[in-house]
Amino acid sequence: MQTATMPVTRLEVTALKVREHIIKMSTNGGCFVGASLSAADLIVYLYSEFLNIHKHNLDDPNRDYLFLSKGHDVPALYGTFAELGLLDPDRLKNHLSLDDNIYWHPNTNIPGIEFHSGSLGHLPSVAIGVAIDIKIKGGTNKVVCIMGDGELNEGTCWEAALVANAYKLDNLIFVIDRNQFQANMATEDLIPLEPLHDKFTAFGAAVKRINGHDFEALHEAFSAYPFQPGKLNVVIADTIRGKGLPSIERRADRWFCNFNTAEVDDLLKELHGEHLTQLISETLMVR
Amino acid sequence: MTYEELLTEIALSDDRFIVMTAENRALVRNIPSKLGSRFIDTGITEQTMIGAAAGLALRGRIPVVHALASFLSMRAFEFIRTDAGIPNLPVKLSSFIPGFLSDGNGPTHQALEDIALMRGIPNMTVFAPADEDDLVKMLPQIWSHPNPAYVRINTRKTNYIHTPFELGKAEIISTGHDITLLTYGLLFEQALLAVDILKKEGLSVGLVNLRSLKPIDERTILDVTRNSRLTVTLEDHFLTGGLYSIVAEVLLKHSLTANILPFALNERWFKPALLPNVLEHEGFTGKQIAERILGYKTFHRQPETTMQQFAE
Repeated sequence: MQTATMPVTRLEVTALKVREHIIKMSTNGGCFVGASLSAADLIVYLYSEFLNIHKHNLDDPNRDYLFLSKGHDVPALYGTFAELGLLDPDRLKNHLSLDDNIYWHPNTNIPGIEFHSGSLGHLPSVAIGVAIDIKIKGGTNKVVCIMGDGELNEGTCWEAALVANAYKLDNLIFVIDRNQFQANMATEDLIPLEPLHDKFTAFGAAVKRINGHDFEALHEAFSAYPFQPGKLNVVIADTIRGKGLPSIERRADRWFCNFNTAEVDDLLKELHGEHLTQLISETLMVR
Repeated sequence: MTYEELLTEIALSDDRFIVMTAENRALVRNIPSKLGSRFIDTGITEQTMIGAAAGLALRGRIPVVHALASFLSMRAFEFIRTDAGIPNLPVKLSSFIPGFLSDGNGPTHQALEDIALMRGIPNMTVFAPADEDDLVKMLPQIWSHPNPAYVRINTRKTNYIHTPFELGKAEIISTGHDITLLTYGLLFEQALLAVDILKKEGLSVGLVNLRSLKPIDERTILDVTRNSRLTVTLEDHFLTGGLYSIVAEVLLKHSLTANILPFALNERWFKPALLPNVLEHEGFTGKQIAERILGYKTFHRQPETTMQQFAE
């Protein structure tokens, strides 16, 4: 149900447009489609509703921070920036062009991107440095770090959780895009992560596990920030790799996709077909 | 002034400074109580410490980080390269017990490739002080410079008084037309002894302290190799990638050749023992260096040097 404070339909429309951008970026060289589609709703929600980050405050040390450690989902970030006015949407056509800086991993030549990533397990620690500095200065700004579940294979993610616990970083939120897949296979078939909630709890974090495609669930979880005083916040967002395109959802072989133009057209139709039906039904339900 | 006194003084006068360690407090024992929240110990997590230092630098801080040279330069290498090197953040790496200074520790602790690794990172600057006086003279400039920096920390106390430091400049101790020794770090002390012996044998001998390895003083290397019949490179580093390689690169860049005699560890670690015995066993005492250059035994005695022990 839509609440007074949660413009679910607007967020869904934004997310739909972000998914369009992702699909269009998946041609002519391709991109990490599955990972981007699973994280799209998280990124749209965080920038639209939770984080104090916009094009006019990027130089303000009192703004919030979002670190995209799982760099493969950067098409979702580019798409969100395009929809929220941080990036000229025309620039997305420059994906993989030497004339621009829009490529497979985040980089700080794009205003609004906090730090480059691509090597996994790095940004949890960079986010810690930022969160510690905010604590020292008595700031109230929030630091979010989006990590992939496959990324949790990297030991430094767990080092970072230990250090965040030691420094009582309740201004830091690790968001795990729990789409159940790493590059080539299901996480639980390679390096099992469950029980993930218990693991982070045991590391001293305050953990919430929610449906990462449900904006109301996201809102309810993030509205409780900080989850517990003095504890690292962790949101495990259960998501679907390839969300929005049933033909590629939950498929291990849809990590990186380089679709041809005809396939992109079909995927856009598939996306709109599902989402239009869903949006109409939800809008009717609200009324 | 000691390293710790200098760091304390600068950090107390400039609140951009953050002192960090991955649970190695040997150099900074008195700092936690003085700096409070600006002292951060991340535990035995060299990689996470570097990432956090990058995050702090993003917020305008100047983190001075401490860890053992082998773990900092290798275990955290990709974090240094990726989190400090790519964005060119002023993360200042204080790398403790490099080279022979890890005397009794064994190969796990022998940082003998750190200069090769660090100078290969774009934006990184690399320094190797001869002793604590040299160290304290160079650090204010290194810490106020905007680039990331790797410093081979050497807090040995000697009686030598160095000239003021200039980034990218070598310290020319003496010039000589027969032989010139190029060195850095701990072995500067032995080089002084070797030069003394060589002079007593009637030779004209030069000595250069290459305290700034990146940026390197190309002009001095070119002058030395042109004006001396033999150039000696002397370092407690693998032969590959350190000073010998730097000199070779400079010469090749200028289409020059020279007679070079390198002292370095070639494709091997050194035998662990107490520092004076390590130097003796590996052939790096002043007397041994002089005699290898001369090609014959002299009647000189190896003069005494004060060997302060490092146990970690």
